[in-house]
Amino acid sequence: MSPPAPGETAKGVDLNARLPSHGGVGRRRAAADSRRDAEFAAFTAGAGGRLLHTATLLTGDPAAADRLLTAVLARVYADWFRMRADDPYEQARSELVRRFHHRPWWNRPRGGDLDRLTGQERLVVTLRFFEGVAEEQTAAQLGLPADRVRAICARATATLRSRPATPAAASVAEARSARAAREQRAAHAGKAGPGTPGGSPAADGPAGARDPVAASSPSGPSGSHRYEGTP
Amino acid sequence: MSPLPNRRDEEVRRLLDTPHPAVPVDLAARAVLRGRRIVRRRRIEHTVLWALLVAAAIAGIVLAVLAWPDHSTPPVPSDNWWPTNGPN
Repeated sequence: MSPPAPGETAKGVDLNARLPSHGGVGRRRAAADSRRDAEFAAFTAGAGGRLLHTATLLTGDPAAADRLLTAVLARVYADWFRMRADDPYEQARSELVRRFHHRPWWNRPRGGDLDRLTGQERLVVTLRFFEGVAEEQTAAQLGLPADRVRAICARATATLRSRPATPAAASVAEARSARAAREQRAAHAGKAGPGTPGGSPAADGPAGARDPVAASSPSGPSGSHRYEGTP
Repeated sequence: MSPLPNRRDEEVRRLLDTPHPAVPVDLAARAVLRGRRIVRRRRIEHTVLWALLVAAAIAGIVLAVLAWPDHSTPPVPSDNWWPTNGPN
């Protein structure tokens, strides 16, 4: 019957403390709202960084992560009184996973630390390794068998641990032509290497004995991966 | 399933274990505003649905009271096509 008292509006929340107008609904709802605001502000201050990190790992783009996390946090705010004793962090994480999992196909994640992984692999790797969720729980959340989750996890791990090689060829023909060009270049360099007036094979030292291709093109693109030896 | 720590898993964990990105200062405020909008919309939906339900219940009761058939007097067959005064 009375408008919300100004003293009851959210304390410690820098939300310009504007509660929705409650007309004649009463001050009980206003008190509940202010309590929700305070609890939600505390939760966001504590878990926001980690959730944003998770969202950034998933989407690979800070702006997209920001948008995703805003939607997730809004949903958590709206459901604040529905989850009685549940952990709001669990709620936020499952909501994040749900929203990311059901994204449309044109909204594909790109970039970030997990650039070479697909969306599902990103989800599994982030949940398993960053969030530390158990395999069975991950499987239940994604609706997959646990074996499948293990397989995806192993594949993603192998992809992440493999060296960031040349970008993948768009087609088989392109890959074949690239390989042929590489072999031709190697053969050409191997033939021309000993005849070069400037550098004799003895000047290349043990590297020449170890790897003729790498020794023949010391400043080539493959030079960065060459084993330099211990000093 | 293996309880032992896996070296490859540890590598991936270390790859992911970077410092958290800086949270935008207005992220919580935006989330709260959007959450309030969700709450308000939900409240309106609930109000409308409850009002519809109550109106439907009242209408059903009123219709039942008005159109309830009266069985206190047996119906008198008057316009039958078959003879009703005995056989033949």
